[in-house]
Amino acid sequence: MPLTRRDFLKVSGMVAGGLFFNKKGQNLLKAEAYNDLKIEYATEAATICSYCSVGCGMISHIQDGELINIEGDPDHPINEGTLCSKGSSYFNMVNIYDDEGEARPNPGRVTKVFYRAPYSERWQVKDWDWALDKMAERIKETRDETFETTDDNGVTVNRTTAIAHLGSAMCNNEENYIFHKLVRSLGLVNIDHCARL
Amino acid sequence: MTNHWVDYQNSDVFMNIGLNTAENHPVSMKWIEKAQKENDAKLICVDPRFTRTAAVADLYAPIRPGTNIAFLGGIINYVLKNEHYNKEYIQNFTNASYLIDPEFSFDEGMFSGANSEISEISYDKSSWSYQRDEDGEIIKDESLTDPNCVFQLLKEHYSRYDLDTVSEITGCPRDNFEEVAELFSSTGEPDRAGNIMYAMGITQFSHGSQNVRSIAMLQLLLGNMGVAGGGVNAQRGQSNVQGACDTGMLFHLVPGYMGVPRAELHPTLADYFEVETPDSGYWTNKPKFFVSLLKAFWGDNANADNDFCYDYLPKLDDRDRSHMTMFKEMKEGNINGLISWADNPAVSGPSAGSEREYLANLDWLISVDIFENETASFWKEPGVDSTDIKTEVFLLPAALHIERSGSITNSGRWIQWRNKSLEAPEDAKSDLWIADRLFKAVREAYQDEGGAFPEPILEMNWDYGEKPDPELVAQELNGYYTENGELVEDFTRLKDDGSTVSGSWIYAGYYNDEENPATKARVPETEGIGSHPGWAFSWPLNRRIIYNRAGADPEGKPWNPDRPVIWWNGNQWQMNDVPDFNAGVPPEETANTPFIMLPELQARLFAPGLAEGPFPEHYEPWESPIRNILSQTQFNPASRVLYPEDRAEVGSEDYPYIATSYRVTEHYQTGVMTRNMPWLNEAMPDIFVEISETLAEKLDVESGEKVVVTTKRGEIEVAACVTPRLKPFKVNGREIEMVGMLWHWGYAGASKGPVANDLTPSIGDANTNIPEYKAFLCNVRKGGR
Repeated sequence: MPLTRRDFLKVSGMVAGGLFFNKKGQNLLKAEAYNDLKIEYATEAATICSYCSVGCGMISHIQDGELINIEGDPDHPINEGTLCSKGSSYFNMVNIYDDEGEARPNPGRVTKVFYRAPYSERWQVKDWDWALDKMAERIKETRDETFETTDDNGVTVNRTTAIAHLGSAMCNNEENYIFHKLVRSLGLVNIDHCARL
Repeated sequence: MTNHWVDYQNSDVFMNIGLNTAENHPVSMKWIEKAQKENDAKLICVDPRFTRTAAVADLYAPIRPGTNIAFLGGIINYVLKNEHYNKEYIQNFTNASYLIDPEFSFDEGMFSGANSEISEISYDKSSWSYQRDEDGEIIKDESLTDPNCVFQLLKEHYSRYDLDTVSEITGCPRDNFEEVAELFSSTGEPDRAGNIMYAMGITQFSHGSQNVRSIAMLQLLLGNMGVAGGGVNAQRGQSNVQGACDTGMLFHLVPGYMGVPRAELHPTLADYFEVETPDSGYWTNKPKFFVSLLKAFWGDNANADNDFCYDYLPKLDDRDRSHMTMFKEMKEGNINGLISWADNPAVSGPSAGSEREYLANLDWLISVDIFENETASFWKEPGVDSTDIKTEVFLLPAALHIERSGSITNSGRWIQWRNKSLEAPEDAKSDLWIADRLFKAVREAYQDEGGAFPEPILEMNWDYGEKPDPELVAQELNGYYTENGELVEDFTRLKDDGSTVSGSWIYAGYYNDEENPATKARVPETEGIGSHPGWAFSWPLNRRIIYNRAGADPEGKPWNPDRPVIWWNGNQWQMNDVPDFNAGVPPEETANTPFIMLPELQARLFAPGLAEGPFPEHYEPWESPIRNILSQTQFNPASRVLYPEDRAEVGSEDYPYIATSYRVTEHYQTGVMTRNMPWLNEAMPDIFVEISETLAEKLDVESGEKVVVTTKRGEIEVAACVTPRLKPFKVNGREIEMVGMLWHWGYAGASKGPVANDLTPSIGDANTNIPEYKAFLCNVRKGGR
């Protein structure tokens, strides 16, 4: 029987309360739990938590292409296997449990390109090729219309002040680095991210 | 951070000021608690509320929001008056002995050189300078007694910050404050390490930079820099905010903390080098790092004959181009397009309601995220008529952190690798893929049609494969030799002749081996002081504690022999870390030059570079319930006032309460991720404002009942949470109540709520233009009507 999260909390609460320990202090659930370890056949990968900047190590467990578990990395010298409430809930960003206790993809995820036309009241789903062409066209139009090669003093400036860019503390270093190359090649000077806030 | 998370185990006294570690960096508490349990370390928590961190602290001190300079200045005064400072340390490692221009002065909150007496002044800083002899050498008084030396000026400046005055300003009872000052100043003993940790409760003020300066100065006086368990430790709020800064996601920088070219100062590359390269210190190497960056950008097209394509980099005009200015430019119609990667200013921006209005002035908006955020969906906000909004919006589906590979950098500067383990669903793609395709699409458009100055785009060095490979980007970021493509070992190999490439010089070394890059290393330390040099890569040069020459005295004896970072054994240097100095020479040659990134090679107790003065001075927040007790200058005279009409007057009767903002452990920032996670929504289902029992009684409100909070910027209706964690402050003879706001909510996602930042002011720090989210004025009334 699949456990819902609520059942899980109940069980873990009982464990914490000592209800599953016999008089000798042996854990009555232990043998059964080890026989049925769901990560037994999973592939492991080390990653780093997405939230604060402590940089806790996490291990994800993948089986048949699905995330079945994610937990603190016991070898990691900072967190030593522990995670906070957000980090230990990471699984829930990928999958939620439905009323039957079955895991299914988090319904909030954006998995398609969404486009909102001027004055429209709704999103439309588009494909990448269409969106990339359209975005490139918009960037180029704005850049070409507003590009300054020299300023009032005749200094070469090669910039546009009409496009702004917000990079991200949620993106990897390699990603932010190529954002930087992208936006400087376009001539942007309005560049910032949430570190300013 | 100058130190790192595991190093917290080495501290004797922690001062937790302007952050709530237990709530926002929960796992790191284990290192604080370890030090408490095993070393009898003491934790001081200074906070406007009795937080979860306060609950495990040995000493709690309340502080009125926005008075950190008074609080820290009071400790500085206590240290100076009672001679708790480490004299040998400040004589050798700081500019305490430097003589300052006799014209330098200070009166009524203003330093010499003010060019006007209204707000937003800029100073003529010519009198904030060192005296020099005929050869240009700085004149010093090693006895520290000359009335014009930094040490004496410092004593004079802070003599005004006596116990009674500090207590009146901060609302911290005098005895309570004195206890904090006494406990923390015990770390002035050479073998005791004091650690000051901070976060947005220090930075998000109109005087935020000077708050941080105050921390740095106190740590220098006590000799806490460069030692294990010491340091100035900024606890960054996001998993890779450090790395995003390292790679230059800020208008005033390019990667590696080098200034962006400015039209006025640097018309040519020669001008850039002339102005930006100091005569001494490690930054004399800047041309090597900068040319290696230009080579990373424009590859073979960049060579000495064309100034390495210097003119392909856009030059900044004479304006600030940071977040708030950006939105003001949108308001005025000067910005037509915005590209936003997982950012959500519709919820996180100051006066966020106004920022959302300005988004409607854009022609187009590109937002990349894993869930629908409020910025991408600003036109869907309840009450907004989207048929009036012209903006074309692209919301692009991004891959999760576990669906892509790459590195992130934690607060302790550890660059750690993430391994992709899961395929992104449907059309979701990694940010690397999206940026790669977007660049290629723009490049193709210029190839096909031409357009305004296409060269920087067409000639950009950009080849990361059909499916962009983060490891190839990592190798470029690390750097390589142009001759043979071999990876550079570290940044000491970089050259200014075009023979090397490096995307961010401080990252050189993190990926210097294709097979076993340092960033992926996983060898925990088995003995030592917790440096873990075999785990990941810590910039710069895998150094874990920076400025570590200052961790030993001039002769090379560690201040604390039980926890030595580096030490001289009589013949050679021994080390538990990568040295931050030339360890090939005996200690006398580095005896007074530990701060290698400064031209003086010694740390600045007197810092002439800041906008509002070389010493921090207490000013009230922009919105304050009281007149400044310390001088006639009410708020930071150099701070950036964007919307003067949005300010509640001093002591306003319409807005009688102090407001501040903070987070809870169950949610994250604007909530885009966590408000879409049912487990966390169950744990913390709704936004609330926290008020004291006395204010609740006055308003006739109980916990859970709705209240309306108003400021000059807007109003929100939320549940009240009545707790004894807040108490009114006794300030200058008055009792003043404070309201604490959560801000994780917005109108998108699975859990919805009002945007608390609709209430916060758009007033910026004088140096950084960070908004003052942490102290402003509000009113509260019973809601639900």
